[in-house]
Amino acid sequence: MTTLEPIAAPATGPRTFAGARARTIAIVALVLASLAALPFGLSKYQVGLATEMLIYGVLAMSIDILAGFAGRTSLAHGAIFGISAYVVVYAVSHLGLPPAVAVVLGVMAATAAAALFSLVAVRTSGVYFLLITIALGMIVWGICLRWTDVTGGENGLRGDMRVGLLRDHQTFYWMVLVVAALASFAMWRFVRSPFGLTLRGIRDSESRMRSLGYNVHLHLFIGFTVSGFFAGIAGALYAFFNSFVSPSTVALAQSVQGLLMAITGGIGTLFGSFVGSFAILTLQNVVSSYTERWQTALGVTFILIMIFAPEGLVGKLRALLSRGARGSAN
Amino acid sequence: MNAFQLLNGATFAALLFVVASGFSLIFGLLRIVNLAHGALYLAGGYVGFTVAVHSGSYVLGGAAAILAVAALGFALDQGLLRFVRGHELREVLLTLGVAFVLNDMALVIWGGDSFTVPIPDALKGGVRIFGVFYPKYRLFVLVTGILIFIALMLLLHRTRLGALIRAGVDDPEMVEASGINIRRVFLGTFLLGSALAGFGGLMGGAFLSLYPSADAEILVFSLAVVIIGGRGSLVGVAIGSLLVGFLNTLGQVMFPELAYFVIFGPMVCLLAFRPLGLLGRAT
Repeated sequence: MTTLEPIAAPATGPRTFAGARARTIAIVALVLASLAALPFGLSKYQVGLATEMLIYGVLAMSIDILAGFAGRTSLAHGAIFGISAYVVVYAVSHLGLPPAVAVVLGVMAATAAAALFSLVAVRTSGVYFLLITIALGMIVWGICLRWTDVTGGENGLRGDMRVGLLRDHQTFYWMVLVVAALASFAMWRFVRSPFGLTLRGIRDSESRMRSLGYNVHLHLFIGFTVSGFFAGIAGALYAFFNSFVSPSTVALAQSVQGLLMAITGGIGTLFGSFVGSFAILTLQNVVSSYTERWQTALGVTFILIMIFAPEGLVGKLRALLSRGARGSAN
Repeated sequence: MNAFQLLNGATFAALLFVVASGFSLIFGLLRIVNLAHGALYLAGGYVGFTVAVHSGSYVLGGAAAILAVAALGFALDQGLLRFVRGHELREVLLTLGVAFVLNDMALVIWGGDSFTVPIPDALKGGVRIFGVFYPKYRLFVLVTGILIFIALMLLLHRTRLGALIRAGVDDPEMVEASGINIRRVFLGTFLLGSALAGFGGLMGGAFLSLYPSADAEILVFSLAVVIIGGRGSLVGVAIGSLLVGFLNTLGQVMFPELAYFVIFGPMVCLLAFRPLGLLGRAT
């Protein structure tokens, strides 16, 4: 096995019942409404945590569209995310640009970096792809650490990011929610588009897609770049959320955490990324209140999931439920 | 570049060879990308440092580093990797988790300060070579790297174990079918590769010093070496180490802030033509 096995997605053929579509819309509306109502029942700290979960959910989802639908597990997305965050903070704090312009610049920088990375990486698959993306991510980390004139080195960059409307934690949460919802919808559309289907074809059999006349490298290049674009959006949101970036923002641990969230949610489930983000950040908060050894906990979680539940929580639940359903049918 | 910088490049390449050859052997034979390799390097360095300081002997430090890291390798292979055998990506990600745990545990035990492994008296000071005054210890690293290269070449090409390893790199099923317990060969290789990382940690710890992010740095260099050289080929590792070693030194001299780019540029050009590295073969 050279890729993480994606969870078998439910059939995505044309819906025969208009009711199914209406039900989906109703569920989505309900979820969004309850998420939007969240700030009213939570403390400021908890709203901040929920904001962070949404941001990381977008990052994990951007990893999932590559890992789950193109069969390429990337460990460079934390760096792409971080590039966007660095550019946004730098543009606001050092260049004095308005936040909206900074966001555009940040997302563009992340997309450009992703395009550059994918030129190198898409020729490979499986473990080699993983290795090359690690090396690329580490180069970004090395530059952020060493290029002190621009990046501030180990001290990082701090900016007064939350100005005007963004200052209020509830308004900021709603803004992140809107962006996350739009980004998720766009990613969901992307993988279900005809182009997304070709990515799935590449995941399942690269040689077959090639003999069918598809330009496999070009499709992967576009897939990677689009995925980097969404990681860049998450990074720009993070810049406003945290008002601070340092080399640890672009470190391998960031990519690992994003991938872990995608895996915990279930590779190929897309929206599972938010479940993963919720689970991992909750765990981080619980662990951090007892000990400073979060990194060990992250490592141990990774090891345990790889051994016991590589299909992730959503996949595990689905498997258990279907086993339960079969059990009761017998 | 003057002679001094050339020697710096060569000695760094020698250290890289010792560390990356272990990484490449494990990658080539077991198909496991051991991302805990950098953490093993750091653990070897710290253990070697502690023993060398308390016993006053560099040699004892080296023995302790090799044994301790081989033991860690044994625990990693037999305790964790056995549950995910045959699933390439799960193996890699598991070793990544192990790297995080080891790095954090090292931080708990040894703290965030940087340490330098004490050098034996005989290797202190410098000698005049190629017209420059150069530290003896770094020359010792260079010679050790060359000796390890020769020893590994002899091991791989002149012994039965070496023949098994080479055969295993090409086709593990056939080796197994001819009545060899390939699992033991795998385990032996894993221990050897880990021990090389541990020894590298001690050796590098004396001139690069040891600090919490040293494992990530040596890992990215090892990755570059193996990506450039191709997996499972000792000569590839040697060429990759020399390239990365010299490029890194060149980068530090000419563009100190962007030294990483100087390694990255050639790596990209190479990958465009040979995605599996200079001497890598598709399997």
